Amino acid sequence: MYNGGKIIAGLIIFVGLFTFPIFYNMGKTSAMPEPKLDTPVIKQLVEKRCVESKEYMRANHMQLLDNWRDLVIREGNLVYESTGGKKYIMSLQNTCMHCHSNKKEFCDKCHNYANVKPYCWSCHIPPKENEI
Amino acid sequence: MNAILSLIAVIGLVLIPLIGVKGANLHFLFGIVVPYIAIIVFLIGVISRVMKWGRVPVPFCIPTTCGQQQSLPWIKQSKLDNPSTTSGVVGRMLLEVLLFRSLFSNTKFELREGPKLSYGSTKWLWLGGLAFHWSFFIVLVRHIRLFTEPVPAFLKNVEALDGFLQVGIPGVLISGVVLLLAVTYLFLRRVFVPQVRYISLAADYFPLFLIMSIAITGILMRYFLRVDLVSIKTLTMGLVTFNTKIPEGISVIFYIHLLLVSTLIAYIPYSKIMHLGGVLLSPTRNLPNNSRMVRHVNPWNYPVEVHTYQEYEDEFRDKMKNAGLPVEKE
Amino acid sequence: MAKTPKPDELSKINYTPPQSAWMDTPAELKEGNWCYGAKPKNLETLHFPNPREWRVQDEDWKLPENWQEIVLQGMRERLDKYRSFKVFMDICVRCGACADKCHFFIGSGDPKNMPVLRAELLRSVYRGNFTTAGKILGKIAGARPLTLSVLKEWWYYFFQCTECRRCSVFCPYGIDTAEITMMGRELLNLLGLNTDWISGPAANCYMKGNHLGLEPHTIVGNLSYMLDDIETVTGIKIEPTFNRKGAEILFVTPSGDLFADPGTYTCMGYLMLFHELGLDYTWSTYASEGGNFGFFTSNELAKRLNTKIYAEARRLGVKWILGGECGHMWRVLNQYMDTWNGPADFLEVPKSPITGTVFENTKSTKMVHVAEFTADLIKNGKLKLDPKRNDNLKVTFHDSCNTARGMGLFEEPRYIINNVCNHFYEMDELTTREKTFCCGSGSGLNAGENMEIRMRGGLPRANAVKDVAEKYGVNMLANICAIDRAVLTASMDYWVPGVKVTGVHELVANAMIMKGEKERTTDLRGDPLPGMEGNE
Repeated sequence: MYNGGKIIAGLIIFVGLFTFPIFYNMGKTSAMPEPKLDTPVIKQLVEKRCVESKEYMRANHMQLLDNWRDLVIREGNLVYESTGGKKYIMSLQNTCMHCHSNKKEFCDKCHNYANVKPYCWSCHIPPKENEI
Repeated sequence: MNAILSLIAVIGLVLIPLIGVKGANLHFLFGIVVPYIAIIVFLIGVISRVMKWGRVPVPFCIPTTCGQQQSLPWIKQSKLDNPSTTSGVVGRMLLEVLLFRSLFSNTKFELREGPKLSYGSTKWLWLGGLAFHWSFFIVLVRHIRLFTEPVPAFLKNVEALDGFLQVGIPGVLISGVVLLLAVTYLFLRRVFVPQVRYISLAADYFPLFLIMSIAITGILMRYFLRVDLVSIKTLTMGLVTFNTKIPEGISVIFYIHLLLVSTLIAYIPYSKIMHLGGVLLSPTRNLPNNSRMVRHVNPWNYPVEVHTYQEYEDEFRDKMKNAGLPVEKE
Repeated sequence: MAKTPKPDELSKINYTPPQSAWMDTPAELKEGNWCYGAKPKNLETLHFPNPREWRVQDEDWKLPENWQEIVLQGMRERLDKYRSFKVFMDICVRCGACADKCHFFIGSGDPKNMPVLRAELLRSVYRGNFTTAGKILGKIAGARPLTLSVLKEWWYYFFQCTECRRCSVFCPYGIDTAEITMMGRELLNLLGLNTDWISGPAANCYMKGNHLGLEPHTIVGNLSYMLDDIETVTGIKIEPTFNRKGAEILFVTPSGDLFADPGTYTCMGYLMLFHELGLDYTWSTYASEGGNFGFFTSNELAKRLNTKIYAEARRLGVKWILGGECGHMWRVLNQYMDTWNGPADFLEVPKSPITGTVFENTKSTKMVHVAEFTADLIKNGKLKLDPKRNDNLKVTFHDSCNTARGMGLFEEPRYIINNVCNHFYEMDELTTREKTFCCGSGSGLNAGENMEIRMRGGLPRANAVKDVAEKYGVNMLANICAIDRAVLTASMDYWVPGVKVTGVHELVANAMIMKGEKERTTDLRGDPLPGMEGNE
């Protein structure tokens, strides 16, 4: 090797940076976050179903909420008719959070995991939660 | 022709997981095995390539000097373009690697009747190249969120900056869009500039198509086809904690993206993309112009056959004496 | 010899690449673009392989049976010896930034004169024989076998590169086609494929000490003609010494300046300057060449020729070495000499005996450029100068490729010119300093039979001169290179008639007021000084 010291140091830094997640997560077990659905309101529901199917909501809730916002604020339309024909008042605070009153255990679980920062709460008031 | 071959290769890569995952249910192969193989091939490949370069000596001190040398004290030296010290070289390399300084000085010429040649500065390649590399880098950094738990704080800032436009849901990240635009520019340039088209090999189109398809699948996943990010992160976290899992419900587009990325990673060490390591070892850039001050040693310098003064004098002694020149032997 | 087309014909240049891919387009070796092959006697003198009579235009180049093996073995060895070669084979991304930076491409439109493609000529064979992808995928991976047609293409295009390094300035990785061309030429030389114009001067230099083959008494004779001319112009009789032991300084300059106009005027400039200073220096007839045609052949031959400089300095017992105006000579002295033939621990760190300035930047090599030396003299007010004597000249300055991009000697010559001339004009800044254009005939291409490609390669430089000639009436092109002085004269006559060529020290000598000189009426060329017209 010529300039071996510099080259090897460079390679070590490179490999170190590249494998950084391995060391960063070492010793931690990663579990898929499980948003809690055990709020009092949900417990009382007969049919435990959100406005749309669970799969749809998982992937598309942000679009849905965005859409709701536009419908309510820009068009003054307040009622959402779901695929199943049920009607809901389009309101984050009064409809969504009525059931999902546990923001920390529901919303934040996945958002933190995926490093997503929705700006819902820069206008809306999050539900008061009992500190556990 | 070269471009078409490369395009076919990349389309093939897209079809493989489409068939493999959708048709044959090979989630484990495409979600776990392929990425691991790719990473191993990449790391071994990069190390061995750089070591191969490192084993070759640098026999001569041959920097390309692009400014005034260090000479008399009252003459101002170009310390970055013609460095004579290590710190100067470091500065030159940093500007080269981070800002593509040499490309910044790019020119184009025009020949008119006369003949009359004129030159002008051209920055498109520099701009396109810089946009491409930096946006790619930021996209790469953003992906760290899929491989760390908890996500390091600085990533939140990176993402906030990247998405400062706050357009759409989920918010548009500029880096991804710029990456796709820049890689498209680099491709179009290769196709439409006659000289560049003439020099282009399949090995030039292939990585462009590959990166283009990676960007497209990434953008599709984020904005259009909607994938379940939490499941994906569960898979990727499984990879880095060696606790592999294949969660249910990950769309096939993710497996396509993953195979394209794996291909790129494994391809890097055996391709021109190694320029990212090679530029650091380029002797015309990484040496100081101090070879009159400090002797540069060539490890394989060997004695050569020479024509000595004695042999010279023996041949010309009489002529030298007649011309009144001093000689060693009378 | 092919007839060189007229300038208006030559400047109709087609930049559209051919329809067929470059690998499928064999090189057509056009007359006027190549030099004659090396003669056997010169190769024998240098102990180079395969000396034989051969002609470039013949089908059979009389190569050894196993020539492919020789070349590939040679390539393997060099890939293990030069990191530049290995890295530059691997990392080019073909971005095309270099494509239009080459004077030969600008002047010819031939895509294989784009630096990137010139390197690909070699890289394609490298891929085919030294990389896995190339061995398996062949043409798809940009690989091709080494055939006779490829070898001829190498010959044609590696002797259409002047190793000027302009492409390397613009390359984002600093890939230097000079390195590629040097390797290409080394490989060709393994088969006895050199040009006559390079191997001849190299053999001369080896046996006689200089390219031109001037024997010791001829050197003395040539200088004495110049001394007579100096006496005619100034009335001062100068008596330089040769091969003198115990002198403080050994002076080495390219032999071209001892032989032909306008280099001889530069040489007269040195003689007058050193006489005026009373410098304790000597010329050498053994090390009578600063230039190095070995450098255009192989690393080993370059070292063999260069050895003489330190050997002679040691034999004569001088303290340090002063080098004249030359281009590639200074690339060699700056970047190679000390590595090959040093350490020069028998010499002292150069110190100007006139000003006392210590040239710290040369403390290892112990060799000072005459422009550094003279700039220091002027800065310290040691010369009496009358720049008005050069008032008939409107001067521009051409940076030589090698002093520009292999050294960085930019301000010293400009400082001198500005002190000895009143009318100095820079050319377009995209054609000077590190972006300077080659004269078109460097690195051993200054033969007669390849005049067409020389004039094509010379077009960008000449055209920038033409621009200042039209704008400011420039009539004198100054430079610090012996090859420039020889070849720019031809290129000016062809592209910009009326502009003459000069070394910087000719301008110095014209402006310098010497102790005891008679009233000068003419410059060194015998032309009347400004205000002296009609005094003859």
